[in-house]
Parts: sequence; structure tokens; C-alpha cells
Amino acid sequence: MTHTQEQVVTVRPEPSQQPVVEMRDISITFGTVSALDRVSMRLFPGEVHALMGENGAGKSTLIKALTGVYTIDAGTIVVGGEEHEFHTPAAAQAAGISTVYQEVNLVPNLTVAENMLLGREPRRFGAINVRAMNRRARQTLERLGLDVNPGSLLGDHPIAVQQLVAIARAVDVDARVVILDEPTSSLDADEVEKLFDVMRRLREHGVAIVFVSHFLDQIYEIADRMTILRNGRLVEERMVAETSQLELVRLMIGRELEVLERLDRDQRQAAVSSETPVLKAVGLSRKGSLEATDLTLYEGEVVGVAGLLGSGRTELARLLFGADTADHGELEVRSSRRRLRSPRHAIDRKMAFSSEDRKAEGVIGDLTVADNMLLALQASRGWLRPIPQATRARLVRDYIQALDIRPADPDALMRNLSGGNQQKVLLARWLITDPDVLILDEPTRGIDIGAKTQIQTLVADLAAKGMAVVFISAELEEVLRLSHRVVVMRDRRKIRELPNDDVSVSDVLEIIAGEARQTEEGTA
Amino acid sequence: MSATIAVPNPSVWDRVRTYSPSRRYLPVVATFALFIGMFGAGGIRYEGFTDPQVFLSLLLDNSFLIVLAVGMTFVILSGGIDLSVGSVVALSTMIAAKTLEMGWSPYLSMVTVLVVGTLLGTLMGLLIHYLDIQPFIATLAGLFLARGLTYLISTESIPITDATFTELAFASITLPGGYYTTWTVVVALATVVVAAAVLARTRFGRTVYAVGGNEASAMLMGLRVAAVKVGVYAISGFCAALGGLLFGLYTLSGYSLHAVGMELDAIAAVVIGGTLLTGGRGFVVGSLLGVLVLGTIQTFISFDGTLNSWWTRIVIGALLLVFVVVQRLMTRRQT
Ligand SMILES: Nc1ncnc2c1ncn2[C@@H]1O[C@H](COP(=O)(O)OP(=O)(O)OP(=O)(O)O)[C@@H](O)[C@H]1O
Ligand SMILES: [Mg+2]
Repeated sequence: MTHTQEQVVTVRPEPSQQPVVEMRDISITFGTVSALDRVSMRLFPGEVHALMGENGAGKSTLIKALTGVYTIDAGTIVVGGEEHEFHTPAAAQAAGISTVYQEVNLVPNLTVAENMLLGREPRRFGAINVRAMNRRARQTLERLGLDVNPGSLLGDHPIAVQQLVAIARAVDVDARVVILDEPTSSLDADEVEKLFDVMRRLREHGVAIVFVSHFLDQIYEIADRMTILRNGRLVEERMVAETSQLELVRLMIGRELEVLERLDRDQRQAAVSSETPVLKAVGLSRKGSLEATDLTLYEGEVVGVAGLLGSGRTELARLLFGADTADHGELEVRSSRRRLRSPRHAIDRKMAFSSEDRKAEGVIGDLTVADNMLLALQASRGWLRPIPQATRARLVRDYIQALDIRPADPDALMRNLSGGNQQKVLLARWLITDPDVLILDEPTRGIDIGAKTQIQTLVADLAAKGMAVVFISAELEEVLRLSHRVVVMRDRRKIRELPNDDVSVSDVLEIIAGEARQTEEGTA
Repeated sequence: MSATIAVPNPSVWDRVRTYSPSRRYLPVVATFALFIGMFGAGGIRYEGFTDPQVFLSLLLDNSFLIVLAVGMTFVILSGGIDLSVGSVVALSTMIAAKTLEMGWSPYLSMVTVLVVGTLLGTLMGLLIHYLDIQPFIATLAGLFLARGLTYLISTESIPITDATFTELAFASITLPGGYYTTWTVVVALATVVVAAAVLARTRFGRTVYAVGGNEASAMLMGLRVAAVKVGVYAISGFCAALGGLLFGLYTLSGYSLHAVGMELDAIAAVVIGGTLLTGGRGFVVGSLLGVLVLGTIQTFISFDGTLNSWWTRIVIGALLLVFVVVQRLMTRRQT
């Protein structure tokens, strides 16, 4: 992420006004698990309030307690000076609390405009005025710098666009409080900046904004005050300007983060990439999603895919794995030139693909953590050869430990895990299959800084053992830190492939921008 | 995101020329094509098949089914199912016949029927939403309950002899060209129009789609999920009662064995009309076309004369299968 280095830190004095929302000593238990234990939070008008904590700290739960998704076991909620408890999200919304929940919660079968405005759409004579609705949606989308047709179906858009639409829904209303639970997890720097513009404008108008993000840079750029949680307990309320990053991390994880940047270049370079190609794509293309692209993967190598939103990153991954079928081109896996017609074929050829859209394509909420983890392995073995109980238990235990999944309970239901921990389980699902080729699309989305380093280390280790990895992330630093070779994408094609010797984020951005200039000159 | 280039407003001709139906409408277009194709084939095979009066009779003979299918469309769009409608039709004919026999005013009798149907539907909706009972189970219970109530009123068939009812049943509306239709058809088509408008243009209607698309998300979006989930069953109950009245006019009797299995015809019509059984996608117009397709099959068989009427069932079964498979393929392509 590129962020302006000279941070304009306006030190806000302790506000004299009343908080718009005050949550006091909120406790919530799920069965025997105590998710929140006497947590308090104050929100003042005209501030961006960051809610900080590791995966599973209780951030989303606190938000849902406020908006009436969960009923609180103890504590009081004061809204606008009066004690007030909401029983449904609709009631919270009616009281001026507008929320984007962590998983994009919209309906794919309605249009973009309907998703933004349903419940408060402009009407004429009792009937929805579609034209006015689309117009208003377009205006709000433009403010977020999003150029999509408001009349198109939401489900036809990539997850990042859906996330922006969800944000647009929340900021479109006249709200007193806007809550954004990890709104930036799948956005690029550009979109994040536009979102921040909108947030600043709302702040100027006296709106209180709750902001959750695992990107510390973003917190320091936009937030004024923060509430830090750990293990369902309140650690402290702090002004952002008065807290250093190191201190913040210590407050969140409760100890010093040993070596945040343990994974530096030396270690990455130490990995030996061999000359054996594992996967070779020649002229792979699909109408409307990717132009002809070549890509060769070698054993023991991490290939990073860099590119902005909509550049074709995800499309490339899906074609490599056979999740979409290519119109043209060939794909050789271990020199067998076979068409990958479905993910099944790919899995049979020892490939694995962790998709970016975990809600739609990955998480099976009603199964346990262990079942979710073993799904891909079981599928690759065929359903007639069950995995022995002892092996199952061992594998699951190992990965829960390796990825620090919390709660560390194989029998916990997947839907009860926090967003970041679900992401870790999905990652484990594919790692467990011990593939030759591992395609990771946004594997660290929504994962806290501690766990992120763990995952990056794990990926580097796997590559060192001979696995070929395709690593896709909106976070360029992460791509560059991890990969031996970088593929730069733009406008749904590969524009450059370069070995990663000291490539910097600005180098990549320049390549992308340079290409843009070229094409503009070309068409001029 | 790339910048947009201002596009001058396309001319009407450009719009017509480049028009291609959105994928959303494809299933309905397919059903329409099927209907036209079947009607055309009938015209080629049998003399007099394409006479507009045949088409009008098609509407007349299926007016009650159209109304049922409309209510069913609401329910299925919301992701549910209503198995009770056939029994509610029987119950409605029975209530109407019995109350008329007892000398009630025909209008009071009609209102009673509609109120009972709507209440039954609402009750099932409440069970489904607040007690989280599977729609299949709740409406199956409704099916038995309504049929049982019908037996309770009378096990014998009761004829309807009320003057207002018989007049309504026989009164024909003359159309230009010497063709005629009945009030039942007008009611059925009006139901379709009203339902289509409600689904397309009201907050309630759009929320039905939202709930069918993803109920949990709809709840988190702050939409009134409860009202919609109960509402669709109330609507379906109302439509079943209205369909019952039309059926009563059609048969001029109330009988506990009326409309056995008609819920399945209604579901079949909705599915053939392109509405996804998992909810969230479909149109009322499709359901109307679905009913017409089912009716056309029957017309075929009656025109032919040599075919066993069980062929209707076989063809419906085959068609259903084809449509469900096609839907499956289409939705898979999208993801
Ligand atoms: N419905 C539930 N049933 C049982 N446990 C739950 C439920 N919802 C949340 N939890 C537990 O509560 C804890 C807090 O979860 P929460 O989703 O609030 O974390 P979070 O801080 O938002 O984390 P993340 O950064 O990963 O999103 C977790 O340990 C989670 O497993
Ligand atoms: Mg969360």
C-alpha cells in the first residue's frame, strides 16, 4: 500500500461533546465461550474510531452487539444520551447506525442500485422509481470512484466491487454512525484513498465512524481514536497520535512481536528454484476475462502477481486452476498437455487454489473446523477412501497450531469463527493436500499482522521444499516480499514479468502507469 | 477503474438493433418460445388449433391455476414452497358452497373464503419464520389441515346454485371478432398484472427477491425479512382462496376431493416459467406462460383424441426435468 509519508496528524483534543454511542461493560457469551467480557467503547461525533485487535479479539462481535445482530448478556448501550438496545439490524439502521459487516452482506440477484438503496429507495406513488434510484446510486458510486452500471446484477461483479457497493450503501444514508468492519480488505490503494476521502467528508459533517482494519498504515492515516481489544477484553482506549505502531502492536498481542519482518530478502533468495517447469501456460485466454497470457512455473518458486483491481489477477488464477475454462491456449501440468476442464482435474494433478471469495466459494459454515480443513484432501482421495482417524486428528492439530487458529478447537463450527480465523482454515484446507502447485488468491485478506507474517513464512518454507506457488495479493509489499518472480498485470493481460531483485512498490506502480501512458499515446 | 467516455444518447434504432435480452429474462423467453412452438406445432397438426378461441379457452380452463401459480411464485421467489394450495382450493370451494347453501349473501361468502385462505397462509408463514419450521413441513401440515377441514364441513359434494355465482360463471364477455371470454379470465389476468407490478416495483416485492437471494444478508441489510416471509405465505393463501373461488365458479360445486395435487401443477408451472426453486430469480409472467404450456399439452391431447390423458403427466414430467436441468446449467455458467 502506498501512503503519504508526511502524515497530517491533527491532534484532536478530548471532545467536549457527549458521545453518540457509549457501550458500557458489554458481555456476550456463546455457549461456554466468552466472546466479550465487560468491554466498553465510546464513539464521538466527528471522529474516526479504530477498533483494533487480533483475529478473534471480538471486534465484529462488539459491532454486532451494537447493531442488534446479537443480544448482549450484560452491559448497557447508550445512544444519543439515552439507554437503547436494538433488537434487529433494521432498528439500528433506523436509528442512524449504518453498518458494513465484515463479510460482504448483499444479495447477488438484485442490481447494484437496489443493493445500495433497498429499504430507502426513491418512490413515486408508492412504486419504486427505478430511474431516480439508478441516478442516485450512480452519484454515490462516483464519489467512491466506482464506474459500474447501477442496473447490472451485483453478483456479476468481482468481490472488491461488491465490497465498494456495500460501503456505498452504508455511506449513502444520513447516518450518525457509520461502521465499517474491514472494508478495505480487498481494495487497492486507489480505492482505499477514495474511501478515505469519503470518510473524511463524513467526519467533517460530524458523523462518527468505526473503522476496522488490519493494515496499521491505514489506521494511522485515517483514525483519530482507537479502542484496543484482546481476547474479548478491553485493553485500552487511546488517541492514535499518541501511540506508536510498536506500542499498538504490543497492546494488541500482549507481548512484543518478535521479528515482524523476519522474512526478508535473504531468506527468500535462499530458496532454490529449480529448472523443472511444473506448470506451463501458453496463450491462455478467455473472452472478457483474460487476454492471451503465458506463464511458466518452476519447482520451488513463488511467482507474485501484481496488478490493480480488475487487472485480471483473479481471472488468471481461475484459468490456471480450471475453475473457468479457457477459450484458447494450452496448459501443461508436469508436461502432460491436458485441458483442465474443472477444478477436479486440477486437484488430480496436485494443484490447489485458495479463492479470494471465501464466503461464496470456501466456507461451509455448518461443518466443523476439522471437516472444513479436510474437505480438499478428502476430495482428492475420492470419497471411498476415508482418511484414517488418527491421520485426520494429527493433520488438523498441526495446521491449527501452524496457523494459530483460534479457538484451537477442531470441533468448533466454522461459522462461529472470526473472519480472519476462517481465512486461516481455508488456507489450511489447501496446504493439507500438499500440492505441487499452490495458487493463493488474497490468502492474507483479513488476517492480523502477527498471523500474516506466519503465513508468509509458511509459504516461503513450502516453496523452499519444492512447491511452486502463485501468490496474488492487493498488497504489493507482500507480493514483493515473498516472490522470486513478479508478473505485472493490467487491463486483463500480463504486461511484464521480471525477476524480483530489489523491485520496489513504486517500480511496479511505474510499470503499470507507464503502460497506461503507452496505451494512451497509442490510441491518441 | 478506467475513466468513462461520455457516450451520446443512442438513437431508438440503435437500441432496438443492439437489443439482446438480459440473461435474467432468458428463462422466460425460453418458455415463451416453447409455448409459441407448441402452439404452432398444434396448428400444423390439427385443424382449428390456432383459432384464437382455443387460446381463450386455454385461459378459461386454467384461470384458477394461473392465480395459484402467481401466489406460488411469491413463495418460491422468497426461497420457500407452499404445498397447501391445492387443499386450500378445495376448502374454499367447500366454504363457498356450504355458506351459500346456508343462505349467506354471495359477497359475504366470497369475503369469508378469501379471509380464511389468507389467515391460513399467514399462520403457516408465522410458523415458518418465527419457529423456524421448514416451509415444506409447515405447508404439508397446512395441506392436511385444510383438506381435513373440508371433510369436516361435508364429505359429499355440494352444488352451488346461487344466482350471483351462476351468473358470474356463465356470463361471457364478447370480444371483437365474435370471440368470448369470462370474468374468471379477467380476474386471473388482473392478478398477474398486479403481482408483476408488486414484485417489480414495490419495496415489498424487491425484498422478496432479496430474501430469496440471501436471507441472512437481507437481514443484515436491515430489510424487513419477517414481514416478507410471512407476507408471501399470506399472499399465497389469498391466491389459493381466490383460485378456489374461480374453481368453484368453474365446477359450480364444493367438494372435498377437488383440486387434489393441484399444488404440484402450480409448482410445475412456476418452475417451467423459469423461476429458480432456490429462490431469488424469476418472474410472474413466466409462471403465466408455464400454466399456458401445461394447458397447451392438455389441449394437444384433447385435440388428438387417440392419446391417453396420462400423456399429459408424462410430458409435464419430461418438461420439468428439461427446465430444471437447463436452469442448473445456466446458473452454473454464471458462477
Ligand atoms: N456465533 C458464535 N458462536 C460461537 N462463538 C463465536 C460466535 N461468533 C463469534 N464467536 C467467537 O468470538 C470470538 C470473537 O470473534 P469476532 O468475529 O468478534 O473476532 P474479530 O475480532 O472480528 O476477528 P477478525 O479480525 O478475524 O475478524 C472468536 O473467538 C469467535 O470464535
Ligand atoms: Mg471480524
